[in-house]
Amino acid sequence: MKGIITVLGKDRVGIIAKVCTYLASQNVNILDISQTIIQGYFNMMMIVDISSPAKSFEALVEDLQGIGAELGVEIKLQHEDIFNTMHRI
Amino acid sequence: MITIGEVQETNKMIREMNLDVRTITMGISLMDCAHSDLAVFNRNIYDKITRLAEKLVKTGEDLERQFGIPIINKRVSVTPISIAAGGLRTDSYVPVAETLEKAAREIGVNFIGGFSALVHKGFTEGDRRLIDSIPEALAVTERICASVNIGSSRSGINMDAVKLMGGIVKKTAELTADRDSAGCSKLVIFCNAVEDNPFMAGAFHGVGEPECVINVGVSGPGVVKRALEDAKDKDFETLCETIKRTAFKVTRVGQLVAQETSKRLGVPFGIVDLSLAPTPEIGDSIAEIFQVMGLEEAGAPGTTAALAILNDNVKKGGVMASSYVGGLSGAFIPVSEDHGMIEAVQKGALTLEKLEAMTCVCSVGLDMIAIPGDTSAATISGIIADEAAIGMVNNKTTAVRIIPVVGKGVGEIAEFGGLLGYAPVMPVSGFSCAGFIDRGGRIPAPIHSFKN
Repeated sequence: MKGIITVLGKDRVGIIAKVCTYLASQNVNILDISQTIIQGYFNMMMIVDISSPAKSFEALVEDLQGIGAELGVEIKLQHEDIFNTMHRI
Repeated sequence: MITIGEVQETNKMIREMNLDVRTITMGISLMDCAHSDLAVFNRNIYDKITRLAEKLVKTGEDLERQFGIPIINKRVSVTPISIAAGGLRTDSYVPVAETLEKAAREIGVNFIGGFSALVHKGFTEGDRRLIDSIPEALAVTERICASVNIGSSRSGINMDAVKLMGGIVKKTAELTADRDSAGCSKLVIFCNAVEDNPFMAGAFHGVGEPECVINVGVSGPGVVKRALEDAKDKDFETLCETIKRTAFKVTRVGQLVAQETSKRLGVPFGIVDLSLAPTPEIGDSIAEIFQVMGLEEAGAPGTTAALAILNDNVKKGGVMASSYVGGLSGAFIPVSEDHGMIEAVQKGALTLEKLEAMTCVCSVGLDMIAIPGDTSAATISGIIADEAAIGMVNNKTTAVRIIPVVGKGVGEIAEFGGLLGYAPVMPVSGFSCAGFIDRGGRIPAPIHSFKN
């Protein structure tokens, strides 16, 4: 099962580091990262493997939201199916 | 592989354009709950609803988190109570409504639909008892939705029922006068009612439906509006293509949520209803779509054509996105639930007569319209008859959800609270139709219904 993590907000030091450290602690493998910075705004997408996470999907969603709040950015984890169904036939 | 642009597009729809799944509605058959004793019947329906829908709300919330999309309402529809309770030895079905209310509170759903009767060709004893119970049932409960089907393209219009319902609407308004007659906002009078509609207040679980089923209603007027803003000043081909593409994407999300809910609850997936259902939020309005299409206000000449385009292309875009499309599927034009429609009424751009014309080409009918409290029962019946005739002749669902606000006149504001919003009281023709309504009997089915 794959998840999509998006991070949206004002750029600052350590955003990727903090998210990656958390994911490693939860046994979530990062498959792909892409990011852009537009006018100081950080926009990142990660595709992650959540086949055997340490916590439930819902708990990961909440934890990442919390980390986002600490960093002052919005972090979302969503199941990839919502994007696949909308954009792929 | 999904690209960052696609991910951003989806999340922008959710964050900025109010994309959501409007409702997951579980349909539950109450046929096997039938009993002649009221206490036993009530226990049977309470036990069955709370057992089957126990995890409905939790599952909806889990899916919200998993896909990161709001699922606004979780609801239940049941077999029309006039059928399920037909064998009861009782004069009133109000205690049944109270039991349904208790079940709704227990499982945490905000509405249960199905306090309903299907009388398009005539009344059973149960139908009469149900209809007589509607005013009190809607006054003593908060979460019960009632509906009555009074006509169909196959069987014509039951004018006795039309006459009766005018009085029932009035009585419901009077019994809920302290809440701006809000009881009427939970009472829908249909022609060609559909059996698998997930949207309230008109949802019920039809007799041809399975034991239990999951139907999902998707929405997204905000997403369509934003897409059309990018197609400004383009021709009609581009306009229609844009609506179709957007409807496709929105419906795909509904399909995903419906399938996943069905899998998790072990309940068959019924249909996705791809309707544009507005909410009082800014940016989630059908009237705003009309404005982007080039109309100064909803109700301006051209509005019916604009609505026809919208309704048709929502369907065309949506049908390929879902394996089963059903329910009402199209565009809703409620007045109270759409701030742009409210403004159009207040500016004098939108009248009851224009709304009636618009219902010829949209998916429902005269919806959430406040009228003066002193409107006569016969006039309300006349409005119902007109709307039913449009549905009967055009082979489509039409409905009337009209609120004669006790103590209020034209221009005053009726507040229904919460999801139901508020509406300015609209003027109604003062000319009488009593002689027509009083005739009694049935209007025969139209000629084009004889297709066999």
